[in-house]
This record gives sequence, structure tokens and C-alpha cells, in this order.
Amino acid sequence: MGKTFAEKILARKSGRDALRPGEIVTVRPDRLLSHDNTAAIVAKIAVDLVEFGPARKDMHVVVLDHVVPAATEKDAENHKAIRRYVQRYGVEHFFDVGTGVCHQVMVEKGLALPGDLIVGSDSHTCMYGALGAFATGIDRTEAAALILTGETWLKVPESIRIDLSGGLSPGVTAKDLILSLIGRLGADGANYQCVEFHGAAELSIDERLTVANMGIEMGAKAAAFEVDARTVEYLDSIGVRRDGYEPVWADSDAEYSRRMDFDLSTLGPVVAKPHTVDNVVSVEEVEGTPIDQCVLGTCTNGRASDFELAASILKGKQIASGTRLLLLPASREVLRRAIASGAIDALLAAGGTLLPTGCGPCLGAHQGVLAAGERCLSTSNRNFRGRMGCAKAEIFLASPATVAASAIHGRISDPRKEIK
Amino acid sequence: MSKVWHYGDDINTDMLFPGKYTYSCSTAEQILPHLLEDLDPGFATGVRPGDFLLAGKNFGCGSSREQPALGLKAAGVEAVVAKSYARIFYRAAVNQGLLLIESPEAVEAYKEGDEVRLDATAGTITVGGQSFSFPSLPEAILAIRNAGGLLPYARAKLRVRV
Ligand code: SF4
Repeated sequence: MGKTFAEKILARKSGRDALRPGEIVTVRPDRLLSHDNTAAIVAKIAVDLVEFGPARKDMHVVVLDHVVPAATEKDAENHKAIRRYVQRYGVEHFFDVGTGVCHQVMVEKGLALPGDLIVGSDSHTCMYGALGAFATGIDRTEAAALILTGETWLKVPESIRIDLSGGLSPGVTAKDLILSLIGRLGADGANYQCVEFHGAAELSIDERLTVANMGIEMGAKAAAFEVDARTVEYLDSIGVRRDGYEPVWADSDAEYSRRMDFDLSTLGPVVAKPHTVDNVVSVEEVEGTPIDQCVLGTCTNGRASDFELAASILKGKQIASGTRLLLLPASREVLRRAIASGAIDALLAAGGTLLPTGCGPCLGAHQGVLAAGERCLSTSNRNFRGRMGCAKAEIFLASPATVAASAIHGRISDPRKEIK
Repeated sequence: MSKVWHYGDDINTDMLFPGKYTYSCSTAEQILPHLLEDLDPGFATGVRPGDFLLAGKNFGCGSSREQPALGLKAAGVEAVVAKSYARIFYRAAVNQGLLLIESPEAVEAYKEGDEVRLDATAGTITVGGQSFSFPSLPEAILAIRNAGGLLPYARAKLRVRV
């Protein structure tokens, strides 16, 4: 009988022949990611690090992105402590303030490769499944133990197979695809499972990244796409050698807990209403809802293609008075590309405000925190109560096209009406 | 009598511990005052060692932050009983040594005012006189629990290796 992606990759990483769902294996991940939470992780093992040192210098990737540049003295001290750790223990992969959101940096720097097993002390680590890695989130204590031992335990998950067909209509994006899927499956519809996307040849790497990024919003342990010509082309473009990775994919006769078909051509723009990501409705149902703040960016939809799409809608127009539009590129590389393409200029001319590359308002710690009663329309991945710093504010989630169209009117708007 | 804190489905980590504090609070003393702040403002001051937390499905979904698990353990919560758990929260609880019981039946059976009692060795939870058994933990997870959490477990392993 055939094997799923998860069964194969975990067998390879644990040195076992064949694995079945439910088995617990000991694995040595290729990478461990942490961000502004690194100091808190390292503090747990300060004494042990002196005694044993880190298990591997090339495993840990540290990216400062969550509250950057530091908003308070406390944040600055936190960053300082992290830089000290990186220097003292010779952490090979360190990216300081401004490089970008950790997940985008992992991808751009070639640190998330096909066939890799990656764990990160951040729930959206699942994004690297877009490139055929098995990537999953862990907590700080586990990250601390990993720094010391270089290994951890994983339960082999069951898998859900999703077969995509057809193409997306104009004004409809990969964000609408993943939101629709989460709406159908529910916030825990893929709990403990690995979600495999088949038939995705039509989706660009950026689109796959958006989809995989939100796997956790349906509870998934990992989300995965097959490595194809587009993946190889992308990896070539960032300078990764073709002999530097070994793709893994599911057998055609693998066993799944559930299978679903998804015809992309039937999808329209959708919006996730407060306060859960699976509270998904068609854009028509919420059209006209007034919006105080629009956010374009984050690790979900902060890539150059997202800014270019938004710019194509906002070019030559002005955002509505009474609405603010925050631009949050996922990385410095993205920002440079979006500047070169003219997208950033068009968005600034339309009235946008450019924020430093990083997580910005996404987690409610600084830059664009909401006030009570305010409503935000965001391309990010979570609309939980209090997520943007105020429990009495509302967050709606949508695609970059929907956010751009809505910024023009100051109300939730159907992007298809803005596309000529 | 130990108190039972009862909540609904999809209780996410932002409700258990607001994201705005994740980079300023990491120790038990810092976490405790904000535990469940946006869900139940009375929890942090009212919770006592031995209390139970009952919830619906998908408890602990959302962010990978460990403060909810660390905080509930530090507050002395005897066990969380829920219909199901989000997986990162489940791991976080294992790593902190916080007991999670998955028992939809026990949660369904609960009525306001019912007494909840746990017999960990027998693997049963009693809710208002009705008893429900829950499966024992897999060996790998039990070993971490018996060591008192993941870090003591990792340290013990390293000592053996040296
Ligand atoms: S952009 Fe938002 S979702 Fe992405 S890593 Fe940062 S805080 Fe998390």
C-alpha cells in the first residue's frame, strides 16, 4: 500500500522503513526557527547551555521580526539579549531587524527546502509546506529542549488529500481558496493532520505560500504541495543548488482520512468575519461594511505579487477619507521588488502608509493597534478577539484584491467590480 | 470543593493569554495576572490549586505561545477536560506536565454546579456522579510527564550521553 507525504518524510527523518499514522517517532529536524521569542527560549536553558552548548550550530535560525524596530525599552533589551545569544553560541543563521517576517526570510534565504523537516516556535511555520517541506509549529519549551538535544518527538499524522482543479477567476485569489476551505472544514477540521494539496500546478509559489501559511487555521499539523517545475524554478532563482534537496511526495495509492475535490473556477471573493477564521462568508454578504483600517501584508499576503495586485486596483485612485491603509511588506527583498515594479509608489500615491518590514500590527503589539469599536480589514491570517491589541475591535480577513478595493470605498467591496 | 471553570468551543490562545503580552511575559509570575484575561476577567484572581477547566472542542487553537499551558499548570489547575485540543496546545501541555483529558462525554455530562473529581491512576473522571474513563498516555509522552516536563526529561537524557 502507498504512503502519504507525511509518512514518507517522517520515515526518512527518523531512519525507519515504514510508518503508520499514530506512531510516535524521534526525529532530528533540519531547522529550528525562533524569532523575538528566542530570549525567552534561551532563558529556560541558560545554565544547560553553559554546560552542554547547543547540539548543532547550523540548525537554529533566528529572525527578529515581531516587534521591530523595538517599540519599547523592554523590546530593545529583548533584542539585545538575543543578539548576545547568537554571538556567544555562534548561531549561523541570524537575521536582524528589517530582514523580514521569519517565515518569508526562511523561504527567501533557502533555509526551507523540499524534503526538509522544519520545526518553529511559531504556529505559521507550516508555510514551508508550499515548497514541499514538512514544517510544523512547536512551543518555546520544546524549542529550548531542541537547542540542547537536536531532536524531538512527533506523532505520524493522518492526512487529508485535497484535489484542486480549474483556475481562479479574475479578482479571486489563493487567499479566497484557503479561506473558503477553512470555512468548509472548520477551525479544527484538519486538527493533528497533514493536508496535501494535489493538482496545484496552476498556483504560483506565492499563492502556495499563502495557502500553506493558513494550514494551522484549520488545525493542521502541516500543509504540503508537490515539488514541481515551478518550485524548482523558484529555488533556482534564489540560488539553491538542485543537488541540495531531495523532494518527497505521496504515492498515488496512499491512504487518507478524508478526500475533497475543490474546483477553483467556482470560487468567488470571501471574507472571514470576526472572531474566528472559519466564519467565512461571500464578499457580497458583508459588502458595504464600513472599515477604519486596511492592512495589506504580513507573512500571509505580504509578497511582491500581493502588492502588485493591490496596486493594479488602487493605481490612480485615492483611498476613502476616514480609512487608513497600512502597507506591511513581508521582507526587505519583497519591498525592493515592489519598489522596482512601481507597486509601492502607486500605493503610497493612493494614500497608503508604509511600515517597516516585519509583523507590524498583525499581533497587536505596536504599529496600527486598533481602538475600541474600530473595524479592520486585513490580509493577515487571524481575526481572533484582541489579536490587533484591542478586545473591543473587529478584524475581518480577506485577499489583497478585496482589501485594495475596500480601501477605495472605505467599505468592504467586491474586487471584481474594480477590475476592468 | 474544587471549582470548575466552564467554557465553550474553540477557545483560542489569544483568549487564554493575549498576544500583546507574549514578548513581555514569560515567567509564571508574569503570566498569571493575565491568564484568560479576555475570556473571563475573574479567572486570574479566582483560580485555586485543584480547580478544573472544562471546555468544548478545539481548546487552545491559534498561536504557538506556551503561556496558557505554563500558566494553567502554575495556577495549579488539576486538569483540563475538553472535547478536543488543538495540537500545538496539546504538545505545550505535555511539555509543561499539565494534564489534558479528552472526553467529549464528560464535558457533555457537566451541569453548572456539578462536582468534578479525577482519579489519574484509574484513568477516570467523575462529573456530577457519572464516571468516564479516558485512555492512558502513549509511552513516549508518559516518559516526559514522569520526568516532570520536557526540559527535565531532556537534561536527564543529556547527562546519560555525556
Ligand atoms: S506576520 Fe503575523 S502571523 Fe506572520 S509571523 Fe508575524 S505575527 Fe505571526
